[in-house]
Amino acid sequence: MFKSVKTGLGLACAMVVLAGCSSTDTDDTAQQQMVEQTQEPVVEAPAQETAVPLDNVVYFDFDKSLLRSDTRDLLIQHADRLRGTGTSVRLEGHADELGTREYNLALGERRANAVRDFLVLQGVDAGTLEVISYGEERPAVPGSNESARAQNRRVVIVK
Amino acid sequence: MMNKLKILLSVISVNCVLVLSAQAQMVVEITRGNPDPTPIAVAPFSWSGGGILSEDVSDIISADLRRSGLFAPVPKEDMLSFPKSPDEVIFRDWRILGTEYVVTGRIEPQANGYLLTFDLTNVFGQSKMFTKQVSGGRDQLRDVAHRAADEVFEAITGIRGAFDTEMIYVRESASGGRPVYELMRADIDGARSRSIRRFSQPVMSPNWSPDGQEVAYVSFETGRPAIFRENLRTGARQQLTNFKGINSSPTWSPDGTKMAMVLSKDGNPEIYVLDLNTGRFTRMTRHFAIDTEPNWMPDGKSLVFTSDRGGKPQIYQLTLATGQVDRLTFDGDYNARSRVSPDGKTLVMVHRSRGVFTIATMDIRTGQMRLLTETTLDESPSIAPNGAMLMYATKRGDRGILAAVSLDAGVKYNLPSQRGDVREPAWSPYFD
Repeated sequence: MFKSVKTGLGLACAMVVLAGCSSTDTDDTAQQQMVEQTQEPVVEAPAQETAVPLDNVVYFDFDKSLLRSDTRDLLIQHADRLRGTGTSVRLEGHADELGTREYNLALGERRANAVRDFLVLQGVDAGTLEVISYGEERPAVPGSNESARAQNRRVVIVK
Repeated sequence: MMNKLKILLSVISVNCVLVLSAQAQMVVEITRGNPDPTPIAVAPFSWSGGGILSEDVSDIISADLRRSGLFAPVPKEDMLSFPKSPDEVIFRDWRILGTEYVVTGRIEPQANGYLLTFDLTNVFGQSKMFTKQVSGGRDQLRDVAHRAADEVFEAITGIRGAFDTEMIYVRESASGGRPVYELMRADIDGARSRSIRRFSQPVMSPNWSPDGQEVAYVSFETGRPAIFRENLRTGARQQLTNFKGINSSPTWSPDGTKMAMVLSKDGNPEIYVLDLNTGRFTRMTRHFAIDTEPNWMPDGKSLVFTSDRGGKPQIYQLTLATGQVDRLTFDGDYNARSRVSPDGKTLVMVHRSRGVFTIATMDIRTGQMRLLTETTLDESPSIAPNGAMLMYATKRGDRGILAAVSLDAGVKYNLPSQRGDVREPAWSPYFD
Protein backbone atom coordinates (compact mmCIF):
# COMPACT_ATOMS: atom_id res chain seq x y z
CA MET A 1 0.00 0.00 0.00
CA PHE A 2 2.69 2.40 1.05
CA LYS A 3 4.68 1.51 -1.98
CA SER A 4 1.87 2.24 -4.40
CA VAL A 5 1.20 5.61 -2.81
CA LYS A 6 4.85 6.42 -3.18
CA THR A 7 4.91 5.50 -6.86
CA GLY A 8 1.79 7.55 -7.39
CA LEU A 9 3.42 10.56 -5.83
CA GLY A 10 6.62 10.01 -7.73
CA LEU A 11 4.60 10.04 -10.91
CA ALA A 12 2.87 13.19 -9.84
CA CYS A 13 6.23 14.84 -9.32
CA ALA A 14 7.41 13.68 -12.71
CA MET A 15 4.31 15.27 -14.20
CA VAL A 16 5.09 18.49 -12.37
CA VAL A 17 8.51 18.48 -13.95
CA LEU A 18 6.99 17.89 -17.36
CA ALA A 19 4.60 20.73 -16.78
CA GLY A 20 7.59 22.86 -15.88
CA CYS A 21 8.98 22.41 -19.33
CA SER A 22 5.90 23.35 -21.22
CA SER A 23 3.61 25.62 -19.31
CA THR A 24 5.52 28.85 -18.80
CA ASP A 25 4.34 30.47 -22.01
CA THR A 26 1.46 32.66 -21.03
CA ASP A 27 0.36 34.63 -18.07
CA ASP A 28 -2.95 32.89 -17.64
CA THR A 29 -1.79 29.29 -17.99
CA ALA A 30 -2.21 28.89 -14.25
CA GLN A 31 -5.87 29.78 -14.37
CA GLN A 32 -6.52 27.71 -17.49
CA GLN A 33 -4.96 24.66 -15.97
CA MET A 34 -6.83 25.05 -12.73
CA VAL A 35 -10.06 25.30 -14.67
CA GLU A 36 -9.17 22.20 -16.65
CA GLN A 37 -8.44 20.41 -13.48
CA THR A 38 -11.82 21.06 -11.88
CA GLN A 39 -13.71 20.38 -15.08
CA GLU A 40 -12.14 17.05 -15.92
CA PRO A 41 -13.41 14.29 -13.66
CA VAL A 42 -10.57 11.93 -12.87
CA VAL A 43 -12.24 8.69 -13.87
CA GLU A 44 -10.09 7.12 -16.53
CA ALA A 45 -7.08 6.72 -14.29
CA PRO A 46 -8.14 6.15 -10.74
CA ALA A 47 -4.68 4.87 -9.73
CA GLN A 48 -3.15 8.23 -10.63
CA GLU A 49 -5.69 10.55 -9.13
CA THR A 50 -3.03 13.08 -8.02
CA ALA A 51 -1.11 13.01 -11.28
CA VAL A 52 -2.85 15.86 -13.11
CA PRO A 53 0.01 18.25 -13.84
CA LEU A 54 0.04 21.49 -11.91
CA ASP A 55 1.29 24.69 -13.38
CA ASN A 56 4.69 25.48 -11.89
CA VAL A 57 4.89 29.26 -12.27
CA VAL A 58 3.51 31.91 -9.95
CA TYR A 59 3.45 35.55 -11.00
CA PHE A 60 4.02 38.78 -9.06
CA ASP A 61 3.13 42.44 -9.30
CA PHE A 62 5.75 45.05 -10.26
CA ASP A 63 8.40 45.60 -7.58
CA LYS A 64 6.43 43.32 -5.23
CA SER A 65 7.25 40.05 -3.54
CA LEU A 66 3.87 39.56 -1.83
CA LEU A 67 2.07 36.46 -3.04
CA ARG A 68 -0.93 37.40 -5.16
CA SER A 69 -4.19 35.98 -3.87
CA ASP A 70 -4.77 34.26 -7.22
CA THR A 71 -1.65 32.14 -6.74
CA ARG A 72 -2.51 30.71 -3.33
CA ASP A 73 -4.69 27.83 -4.53
CA LEU A 74 -1.95 26.65 -6.86
CA LEU A 75 0.66 26.79 -4.12
CA ILE A 76 -1.61 24.89 -1.71
CA GLN A 77 -1.95 22.15 -4.31
CA HIS A 78 1.83 22.05 -4.71
CA ALA A 79 2.22 21.84 -0.93
CA ASP A 80 -0.31 19.01 -0.76
CA ARG A 81 1.70 17.00 -3.22
CA LEU A 82 5.12 17.80 -1.77
CA ARG A 83 4.30 17.35 1.91
CA GLY A 84 6.24 14.47 3.45
CA THR A 85 7.74 13.25 0.18
CA GLY A 86 11.25 14.57 0.73
CA THR A 87 11.37 15.62 -2.92
CA SER A 88 13.96 18.35 -3.51
CA VAL A 89 12.54 21.44 -5.14
CA ARG A 90 14.29 24.46 -6.63
CA LEU A 91 12.42 27.74 -6.37
CA GLU A 92 13.77 30.03 -9.10
CA GLY A 93 12.98 33.70 -8.54
CA HIS A 94 12.89 36.14 -11.44
CA ALA A 95 12.29 39.85 -12.04
CA ASP A 96 11.30 41.93 -15.05
CA GLU A 97 13.74 44.26 -16.86
CA LEU A 98 12.65 47.38 -14.98
CA GLY A 99 15.04 48.60 -12.31
CA THR A 100 18.67 47.74 -11.72
CA ARG A 101 20.09 44.26 -12.22
CA GLU A 102 21.54 43.68 -8.79
CA TYR A 103 18.48 45.04 -7.02
CA ASN A 104 16.38 42.72 -9.20
CA LEU A 105 18.56 39.80 -8.14
CA ALA A 106 17.51 40.60 -4.57
CA LEU A 107 13.89 41.05 -5.61
CA GLY A 108 13.88 37.64 -7.34
CA GLU A 109 15.21 36.07 -4.17
CA ARG A 110 12.55 37.77 -2.09
CA ARG A 111 9.85 36.37 -4.36
CA ALA A 112 11.27 32.85 -4.18
CA ASN A 113 11.52 33.22 -0.40
CA ALA A 114 7.85 34.21 -0.26
CA VAL A 115 6.92 31.01 -2.11
CA ARG A 116 9.24 28.95 0.14
CA ASP A 117 7.76 30.44 3.32
CA PHE A 118 4.23 29.74 2.11
CA LEU A 119 5.04 26.13 1.26
CA VAL A 120 6.74 25.65 4.64
CA LEU A 121 3.67 27.05 6.39
CA GLN A 122 1.69 24.44 4.50
CA GLY A 123 3.86 21.73 6.02
CA VAL A 124 6.52 21.20 3.34
CA ASP A 125 9.96 20.41 4.81
CA ALA A 126 12.08 23.58 4.50
CA GLY A 127 15.17 21.42 4.00
CA THR A 128 13.85 20.18 0.66
CA LEU A 129 13.40 23.68 -0.80
CA GLU A 130 16.30 25.51 -2.43
CA VAL A 131 15.91 29.15 -3.38
CA ILE A 132 17.89 30.63 -6.26
CA SER A 133 17.43 34.01 -7.90
CA TYR A 134 18.23 34.85 -11.49
CA GLY A 135 17.04 38.44 -11.18
CA GLU A 136 16.29 39.77 -14.66
CA GLU A 137 19.01 37.68 -16.32
CA ARG A 138 16.77 34.89 -17.65
CA PRO A 139 13.49 36.35 -18.87
CA ALA A 140 10.80 33.86 -19.90
CA VAL A 141 9.63 36.25 -22.61
CA PRO A 142 11.91 38.76 -24.35
CA GLY A 143 10.80 42.28 -25.14
CA SER A 144 10.39 45.68 -23.52
CA ASN A 145 6.61 45.68 -23.08
CA GLU A 146 4.23 45.18 -20.19
CA SER A 147 2.96 41.80 -21.37
CA ALA A 148 6.50 40.39 -21.41
CA ARG A 149 7.31 42.00 -18.08
CA ALA A 150 4.22 40.53 -16.39
CA GLN A 151 5.32 37.06 -17.49
CA ASN A 152 8.88 37.62 -16.30
CA ARG A 153 7.99 38.61 -12.70
CA ARG A 154 7.76 35.03 -11.53
CA VAL A 155 8.88 32.13 -9.41
CA VAL A 156 9.32 28.80 -11.15
CA ILE A 157 8.90 25.64 -9.08
CA VAL A 158 11.36 23.10 -10.49
CA LYS A 159 11.24 19.34 -9.75
CA MET B 1 59.16 63.83 -58.42
CA MET B 2 55.96 63.04 -60.25
CA ASN B 3 56.43 59.41 -59.38
CA LYS B 4 56.87 60.16 -55.71
CA LEU B 5 53.72 62.23 -55.62
CA LYS B 6 51.79 59.44 -57.29
CA ILE B 7 52.90 56.96 -54.69
CA LEU B 8 51.94 59.39 -51.98
CA LEU B 9 48.52 59.91 -53.52
CA SER B 10 47.90 56.23 -53.90
CA VAL B 11 48.94 55.75 -50.31
CA ILE B 12 46.44 58.39 -49.27
CA SER B 13 43.62 56.92 -51.29
CA VAL B 14 44.24 53.38 -50.04
CA ASN B 15 44.41 54.79 -46.56
CA CYS B 16 41.01 56.38 -47.07
CA VAL B 17 39.49 53.07 -48.13
CA LEU B 18 40.92 51.34 -45.10
CA VAL B 19 39.63 54.01 -42.81
CA LEU B 20 36.17 53.89 -44.33
CA SER B 21 35.89 50.15 -43.86
CA ALA B 22 37.10 50.43 -40.29
CA GLN B 23 34.56 53.13 -39.59
CA ALA B 24 31.70 51.18 -41.09
CA GLN B 25 32.08 48.75 -38.20
CA MET B 26 31.90 51.40 -35.55
CA VAL B 27 30.19 54.67 -36.27
CA VAL B 28 29.81 56.68 -33.12
CA GLU B 29 26.57 58.56 -33.29
CA ILE B 30 26.67 61.82 -31.37
CA THR B 31 23.16 62.59 -30.18
CA ARG B 32 23.85 65.76 -28.23
CA GLY B 33 26.81 68.11 -28.56
CA ASN B 34 28.33 71.03 -26.77
CA PRO B 35 26.88 74.26 -28.25
CA ASP B 36 30.29 75.89 -28.56
CA PRO B 37 33.00 73.29 -29.24
CA THR B 38 36.57 74.42 -29.90
CA PRO B 39 37.57 74.18 -33.59
CA ILE B 40 40.73 72.10 -33.95
CA ALA B 41 42.48 70.54 -36.95
CA VAL B 42 44.40 67.29 -36.82
CA ALA B 43 46.31 67.40 -40.11
CA PRO B 44 47.02 63.99 -41.70
CA PHE B 45 50.29 62.63 -40.27
CA SER B 46 53.26 61.63 -42.41
CA TRP B 47 54.55 58.05 -42.39
CA SER B 48 58.19 57.44 -43.22
CA GLY B 49 58.05 53.67 -43.22
CA GLY B 50 57.20 51.26 -46.01
CA GLY B 51 53.77 49.98 -46.89
CA ILE B 52 50.53 51.34 -45.53
CA LEU B 53 49.60 51.89 -41.91
CA SER B 54 46.71 49.78 -40.67
CA GLU B 55 45.09 52.75 -38.94
CA ASP B 56 44.64 56.44 -39.75
CA VAL B 57 46.15 57.87 -36.58
CA SER B 58 45.14 61.49 -37.17
CA ASP B 59 41.57 60.36 -37.85
CA ILE B 60 41.42 58.42 -34.57
CA ILE B 61 42.63 61.51 -32.71
CA SER B 62 39.96 63.65 -34.43
CA ALA B 63 37.27 61.11 -33.54
CA ASP B 64 38.40 61.02 -29.89
CA LEU B 65 38.31 64.81 -29.61
CA ARG B 66 34.91 64.98 -31.31
CA ARG B 67 33.44 62.36 -28.97
CA SER B 68 34.48 64.42 -25.95
CA GLY B 69 32.00 67.02 -27.18
CA LEU B 70 34.43 69.82 -26.36
CA PHE B 71 36.00 69.94 -29.82
CA ALA B 72 34.85 70.37 -33.40
CA PRO B 73 37.61 68.80 -35.54
CA VAL B 74 37.96 70.29 -39.04
CA PRO B 75 37.17 67.72 -41.76
CA LYS B 76 40.20 66.78 -43.84
CA GLU B 77 38.52 67.90 -47.06
CA ASP B 78 38.11 71.45 -45.68
CA MET B 79 41.82 71.83 -44.89
CA LEU B 80 43.74 74.18 -47.20
CA SER B 81 47.06 72.47 -46.51
CA PHE B 82 48.40 69.39 -44.73
CA PRO B 83 51.27 70.67 -42.55
CA LYS B 84 53.48 67.98 -41.08
CA SER B 85 55.22 70.18 -38.51
CA PRO B 86 54.62 73.55 -36.74
CA ASP B 87 56.83 75.50 -39.18
CA GLU B 88 54.58 74.33 -42.03
CA VAL B 89 51.47 75.74 -40.34
CA ILE B 90 50.29 78.80 -42.29
CA PHE B 91 48.34 80.70 -39.67
CA ARG B 92 46.29 82.73 -42.15
CA ASP B 93 44.87 79.56 -43.76
CA TRP B 94 43.67 78.25 -40.42
CA ARG B 95 42.33 81.60 -39.23
CA ILE B 96 40.10 81.69 -42.32
CA LEU B 97 38.60 78.39 -41.19
CA GLY B 98 38.24 79.65 -37.63
CA THR B 99 40.52 76.87 -36.41
CA GLU B 100 41.99 77.60 -32.98
CA TYR B 101 44.47 74.73 -32.74
CA VAL B 102 46.39 72.60 -35.22
CA VAL B 103 47.90 69.20 -34.48
CA THR B 104 50.70 68.04 -36.76
CA GLY B 105 52.56 64.75 -36.62
CA ARG B 106 55.08 62.35 -38.09
CA ILE B 107 55.07 58.61 -37.70
CA GLU B 108 58.30 56.64 -38.03
CA PRO B 109 58.94 52.93 -37.94
CA GLN B 110 60.69 51.64 -34.84
CA ALA B 111 61.96 48.22 -33.90
CA ASN B 112 58.70 46.22 -33.64
CA GLY B 113 56.47 49.25 -33.78
CA TYR B 114 55.96 52.93 -34.29
CA LEU B 115 57.09 56.28 -32.98
CA LEU B 116 54.74 59.23 -33.27
CA THR B 117 56.12 62.75 -32.88
CA PHE B 118 53.31 65.29 -32.70
CA ASP B 119 52.94 69.00 -32.05
CA LEU B 120 50.17 71.26 -30.88
CA THR B 121 50.05 74.77 -32.34
CA ASN B 122 47.87 77.65 -31.17
CA VAL B 123 46.64 79.50 -34.26
CA PHE B 124 45.54 82.76 -32.65
CA GLY B 125 48.55 82.92 -30.35
CA GLN B 126 50.72 81.95 -33.36
CA SER B 127 52.79 79.73 -31.12
CA LYS B 128 53.73 76.10 -30.69
CA MET B 129 52.39 74.71 -27.40
CA PHE B 130 54.33 71.44 -27.36
CA THR B 131 56.08 68.69 -29.29
CA LYS B 132 55.70 65.21 -27.78
CA GLN B 133 56.41 61.61 -28.64
CA VAL B 134 54.44 58.42 -28.14
CA SER B 135 55.56 54.98 -29.19
CA GLY B 136 53.86 51.62 -29.38
CA GLY B 137 54.23 48.09 -30.64
CA ARG B 138 53.14 46.76 -34.01
CA ASP B 139 49.54 46.14 -32.89
CA GLN B 140 49.33 49.33 -30.81
CA LEU B 141 48.77 52.02 -33.41
CA ARG B 142 45.32 52.77 -31.97
CA ASP B 143 46.81 53.04 -28.48
CA VAL B 144 49.42 55.47 -29.82
CA ALA B 145 46.62 57.58 -31.31
CA HIS B 146 44.55 57.56 -28.09
CA ARG B 147 47.59 58.55 -26.01
CA ALA B 148 48.30 61.47 -28.34
CA ALA B 149 44.63 62.52 -28.11
CA ASP B 150 44.93 62.44 -24.29
CA GLU B 151 47.92 64.81 -24.47
CA VAL B 152 46.16 67.27 -26.79
CA PHE B 153 42.97 67.16 -24.70
CA GLU B 154 44.79 67.84 -21.45
CA ALA B 155 46.96 70.64 -22.87
CA ILE B 156 43.87 72.56 -24.01
CA THR B 157 41.23 71.74 -21.37
CA GLY B 158 43.38 71.13 -18.31
CA ILE B 159 41.49 67.86 -17.79
CA ARG B 160 43.34 64.57 -18.07
CA GLY B 161 42.19 62.69 -21.17
CA ALA B 162 40.58 59.24 -20.90
CA PHE B 163 40.73 58.16 -24.53
CA ASP B 164 43.41 55.56 -23.84
CA THR B 165 41.10 53.51 -21.61
CA GLU B 166 38.93 50.45 -22.14
CA MET B 167 35.66 48.96 -21.06
CA ILE B 168 34.37 45.55 -20.10
CA TYR B 169 30.73 44.72 -20.74
CA VAL B 170 28.34 41.80 -21.04
CA ARG B 171 27.03 40.57 -24.38
CA GLU B 172 24.18 38.13 -24.80
CA SER B 173 23.70 36.51 -28.17
CA ALA B 174 22.30 33.22 -29.39
CA SER B 175 24.07 30.26 -30.88
CA GLY B 176 22.06 27.31 -32.15
CA GLY B 177 18.98 28.57 -30.33
CA ARG B 178 20.76 28.71 -26.96
CA PRO B 179 21.82 31.91 -25.22
CA VAL B 180 25.52 32.70 -25.08
CA TYR B 181 26.73 35.13 -22.42
CA GLU B 182 30.11 36.76 -22.88
CA LEU B 183 32.35 39.07 -20.95
CA MET B 184 33.63 41.45 -23.61
CA ARG B 185 36.51 43.89 -23.63
CA ALA B 186 36.93 46.85 -26.00
CA ASP B 187 38.63 50.20 -26.39
CA ILE B 188 36.50 52.95 -24.89
CA ASP B 189 35.53 54.08 -28.43
CA GLY B 190 34.08 50.60 -29.04
CA ALA B 191 36.89 49.47 -31.35
CA ARG B 192 38.80 46.20 -31.01
CA SER B 193 36.05 44.41 -29.10
CA ARG B 194 36.98 40.87 -28.13
CA SER B 195 35.60 38.14 -25.91
CA ILE B 196 37.24 37.55 -22.53
CA ARG B 197 35.19 34.45 -21.71
CA ARG B 198 32.03 32.71 -22.90
CA PHE B 199 29.35 31.26 -20.63
CA SER B 200 26.21 29.18 -21.15
CA GLN B 201 24.68 30.66 -17.96
CA PRO B 202 24.24 34.37 -17.17
CA VAL B 203 27.21 36.53 -16.23
CA MET B 204 26.83 39.96 -14.67
CA SER B 205 28.34 42.87 -12.70
CA PRO B 206 31.86 43.15 -14.17
CA ASN B 207 34.14 45.36 -12.06
CA TRP B 208 37.76 46.35 -12.80
CA SER B 209 40.50 46.04 -10.21
CA PRO B 210 41.99 49.50 -9.57
CA ASP B 211 45.24 48.53 -11.33
CA GLY B 212 43.34 47.51 -14.46
CA GLN B 213 44.86 44.02 -14.41
CA GLU B 214 41.85 42.00 -13.21
CA VAL B 215 38.08 41.83 -13.44
CA ALA B 216 35.60 40.58 -10.84
CA TYR B 217 32.16 39.36 -11.90
CA VAL B 218 29.18 37.20 -11.01
CA SER B 219 28.70 33.96 -12.93
CA PHE B 220 25.88 31.43 -12.67
CA GLU B 221 28.00 28.63 -14.15
CA THR B 222 27.94 26.60 -10.90
CA GLY B 223 24.13 26.60 -10.89
CA ARG B 224 23.91 29.54 -8.53
CA PRO B 225 25.45 33.01 -8.54
CA ALA B 226 29.11 33.04 -7.49
CA ILE B 227 31.79 35.77 -7.51
CA PHE B 228 34.95 35.23 -9.54
CA ARG B 229 38.12 37.25 -10.10
CA GLU B 230 40.04 36.84 -13.31
CA ASN B 231 43.45 38.04 -14.47
CA LEU B 232 42.93 39.80 -17.81
CA ARG B 233 46.42 39.05 -19.12
CA THR B 234 46.80 35.39 -18.13
CA GLY B 235 43.14 34.32 -17.97
CA ALA B 236 43.82 32.72 -14.57
CA ARG B 237 40.78 32.95 -12.34
CA GLN B 238 39.59 32.19 -8.87
CA GLN B 239 36.12 31.62 -7.43
CA LEU B 240 35.85 33.88 -4.38
CA THR B 241 32.43 32.92 -2.99
CA ASN B 242 30.09 29.96 -3.00
CA PHE B 243 27.52 30.82 -0.36
CA LYS B 244 23.90 29.80 -0.31
CA GLY B 245 21.74 32.53 -1.86
CA ILE B 246 22.91 35.69 -3.54
CA ASN B 247 26.63 36.31 -4.15
CA SER B 248 26.69 39.55 -6.13
CA SER B 249 27.87 43.12 -6.78
CA PRO B 250 31.63 42.71 -6.34
CA THR B 251 33.47 46.05 -6.17
CA TRP B 252 37.16 46.42 -5.55
CA SER B 253 38.30 48.91 -2.88
CA PRO B 254 40.35 51.85 -4.23
CA ASP B 255 43.58 50.33 -2.83
CA GLY B 256 42.78 46.90 -4.32
CA THR B 257 43.10 44.99 -1.02
CA LYS B 258 39.41 44.46 -0.32
CA MET B 259 36.22 43.71 -2.17
CA ALA B 260 32.74 44.82 -1.17
CA MET B 261 29.94 42.45 -2.18
CA VAL B 262 26.43 41.29 -1.38
CA LEU B 263 25.69 37.96 0.30
CA SER B 264 22.27 36.71 1.38
CA LYS B 265 23.50 33.68 3.36
CA ASP B 266 22.06 35.25 6.53
CA GLY B 267 18.55 35.23 5.07
CA ASN B 268 18.47 38.47 3.12
CA PRO B 269 20.96 40.55 1.13
CA GLU B 270 23.62 42.23 3.27
CA ILE B 271 26.78 44.15 2.38
CA TYR B 272 30.02 42.32 3.17
CA VAL B 273 33.67 43.28 2.78
CA LEU B 274 36.13 40.55 1.84
CA ASP B 275 39.79 41.08 2.78
CA LEU B 276 41.55 39.70 -0.29
CA ASN B 277 44.77 39.06 1.65
CA THR B 278 43.32 37.12 4.58
CA GLY B 279 40.16 35.77 2.91
CA ARG B 280 38.09 37.03 5.84
CA PHE B 281 34.51 38.25 5.29
CA THR B 282 33.14 41.06 7.45
CA ARG B 283 29.44 41.77 7.52
CA MET B 284 28.78 45.52 7.22
CA THR B 285 24.96 45.87 7.26
CA ARG B 286 22.32 44.33 9.54
CA HIS B 287 18.87 45.00 8.20
CA PHE B 288 15.93 42.92 7.04
CA ALA B 289 15.61 45.12 3.93
CA ILE B 290 17.46 44.62 0.65
CA ASP B 291 20.97 46.07 0.94
CA THR B 292 22.86 45.84 -2.33
CA GLU B 293 25.02 47.51 -5.01
CA PRO B 294 27.90 48.72 -2.81
CA ASN B 295 30.46 51.15 -4.25
CA TRP B 296 33.49 52.68 -2.55
CA MET B 297 34.07 56.33 -1.85
CA PRO B 298 37.51 57.27 -3.31
CA ASP B 299 39.07 57.53 0.18
CA GLY B 300 38.08 53.90 0.89
CA LYS B 301 36.54 54.93 4.22
CA SER B 302 32.90 54.50 3.37
CA LEU B 303 30.57 52.72 0.97
CA VAL B 304 27.50 53.96 -0.83
CA PHE B 305 24.83 51.31 -1.41
CA THR B 306 21.19 50.77 -2.37
CA SER B 307 18.66 49.85 0.31
CA ASP B 308 14.89 49.68 0.46
CA ARG B 309 14.91 50.00 4.26
CA GLY B 310 12.83 53.15 3.86
CA GLY B 311 10.24 51.30 1.77
CA LYS B 312 11.67 52.16 -1.65
CA PRO B 313 15.20 51.78 -3.03
CA GLN B 314 17.36 54.76 -2.10
CA ILE B 315 21.09 55.44 -1.81
CA TYR B 316 22.73 55.30 1.61
CA GLN B 317 26.27 55.89 2.84
CA LEU B 318 27.92 53.53 5.30
CA THR B 319 30.95 54.73 7.28
CA LEU B 320 33.12 51.65 7.70
CA ALA B 321 34.87 52.64 10.95
CA THR B 322 31.65 53.34 12.86
CA GLY B 323 29.01 51.39 10.95
CA GLN B 324 26.89 54.55 10.77
CA VAL B 325 24.39 54.63 7.90
CA ASP B 326 23.13 57.91 6.39
CA ARG B 327 20.55 58.30 3.65
CA LEU B 328 21.84 60.33 0.68
CA THR B 329 18.94 60.49 -1.82
CA PHE B 330 15.47 61.90 -1.21
CA ASP B 331 14.25 62.88 -4.69
CA GLY B 332 12.03 60.27 -6.35
CA ASP B 333 10.91 56.80 -5.31
CA TYR B 334 13.64 54.77 -7.02
CA ASN B 335 17.34 55.57 -6.82
CA ALA B 336 19.75 52.67 -7.22
CA ARG B 337 23.12 51.32 -8.49
CA SER B 338 25.10 54.43 -7.62
CA ARG B 339 28.72 55.13 -8.53
CA VAL B 340 30.91 57.86 -7.04
CA SER B 341 32.96 60.26 -9.17
CA PRO B 342 36.77 60.10 -8.75
CA ASP B 343 36.77 63.35 -6.73
CA GLY B 344 34.15 61.94 -4.35
CA LYS B 345 31.81 64.88 -4.92
CA THR B 346 29.21 63.48 -7.30
CA LEU B 347 26.98 60.45 -7.24
CA VAL B 348 25.56 58.98 -10.44
CA MET B 349 22.67 56.53 -10.25
CA VAL B 350 19.64 55.00 -11.89
CA HIS B 351 16.69 57.22 -11.10
CA ARG B 352 13.02 56.67 -11.82
CA SER B 353 10.77 59.60 -12.46
CA ARG B 354 7.29 59.31 -13.98
CA GLY B 355 7.78 55.59 -14.56
CA VAL B 356 10.91 56.10 -16.62
CA PHE B 357 14.40 54.91 -15.66
CA THR B 358 17.13 57.43 -16.44
CA ILE B 359 20.65 58.26 -15.30
CA ALA B 360 20.93 61.10 -12.78
CA THR B 361 23.77 62.84 -10.96
CA MET B 362 23.64 64.26 -7.49
CA ASP B 363 25.95 66.72 -5.80
CA ILE B 364 26.61 64.83 -2.55
CA ARG B 365 27.10 67.99 -0.48
CA THR B 366 23.99 69.89 -1.61
CA GLY B 367 21.76 66.94 -2.56
CA GLN B 368 20.99 68.70 -5.85
CA MET B 369 19.90 66.12 -8.43
CA ARG B 370 20.04 66.42 -12.21
CA LEU B 371 18.84 64.08 -14.95
CA LEU B 372 21.48 63.29 -17.59
CA THR B 373 19.49 61.11 -19.97
CA GLU B 374 15.94 61.02 -21.26
CA THR B 375 15.55 57.54 -22.66
CA THR B 376 13.39 55.09 -20.70
CA LEU B 377 15.46 52.06 -19.72
CA ASP B 378 18.87 53.48 -18.83
CA GLU B 379 21.01 51.61 -16.33
CA SER B 380 24.48 50.60 -15.11
CA PRO B 381 26.28 53.99 -15.18
CA SER B 382 30.09 53.73 -15.01
CA ILE B 383 32.24 56.87 -14.68
CA ALA B 384 35.46 57.56 -16.63
CA PRO B 385 38.61 57.80 -14.51
CA ASN B 386 38.82 61.55 -15.26
CA GLY B 387 35.23 62.08 -14.07
CA ALA B 388 34.21 63.86 -17.28
CA MET B 389 31.88 61.25 -18.80
CA LEU B 390 30.02 58.10 -17.96
CA MET B 391 29.06 55.06 -19.98
CA TYR B 392 25.67 53.42 -19.48
CA ALA B 393 23.38 50.80 -20.95
CA THR B 394 20.10 51.61 -22.65
CA LYS B 395 17.64 50.03 -25.05
CA ARG B 396 17.04 50.70 -28.71
CA GLY B 397 13.87 48.83 -29.54
CA ASP B 398 14.26 45.54 -27.72
CA ARG B 399 18.04 45.52 -28.01
CA GLY B 400 20.56 46.61 -25.41
CA ILE B 401 23.12 49.18 -26.56
CA LEU B 402 25.83 51.24 -24.84
CA ALA B 403 25.87 55.01 -24.69
CA ALA B 404 27.87 57.76 -23.03
CA VAL B 405 27.00 61.14 -21.56
CA SER B 406 29.12 63.85 -19.96
CA LEU B 407 28.56 64.48 -16.26
CA ASP B 408 27.50 68.03 -17.12
CA ALA B 409 24.93 66.53 -19.56
CA GLY B 410 26.37 68.61 -22.42
CA VAL B 411 27.45 65.72 -24.63
CA LYS B 412 25.84 62.41 -25.40
CA TYR B 413 26.59 59.66 -27.89
CA ASN B 414 25.64 56.07 -28.67
CA LEU B 415 28.33 53.52 -29.24
CA PRO B 416 28.11 51.54 -32.45
CA SER B 417 25.74 48.68 -31.83
CA GLN B 418 26.99 45.21 -32.52
CA ARG B 419 25.64 41.70 -32.69
CA GLY B 420 23.50 40.66 -29.72
CA ASP B 421 22.38 42.49 -26.63
CA VAL B 422 25.07 44.49 -24.84
CA ARG B 423 24.87 45.82 -21.28
CA GLU B 424 26.65 46.59 -18.00
CA PRO B 425 29.60 48.65 -19.29
CA ALA B 426 32.46 49.06 -16.81
CA TRP B 427 34.87 51.88 -17.67
CA SER B 428 38.46 50.92 -16.92
CA PRO B 429 40.80 52.85 -14.65
CA TYR B 430 43.93 54.44 -16.13
CA PHE B 431 46.43 51.74 -16.98
CA ASP B 432 49.53 53.60 -15.72
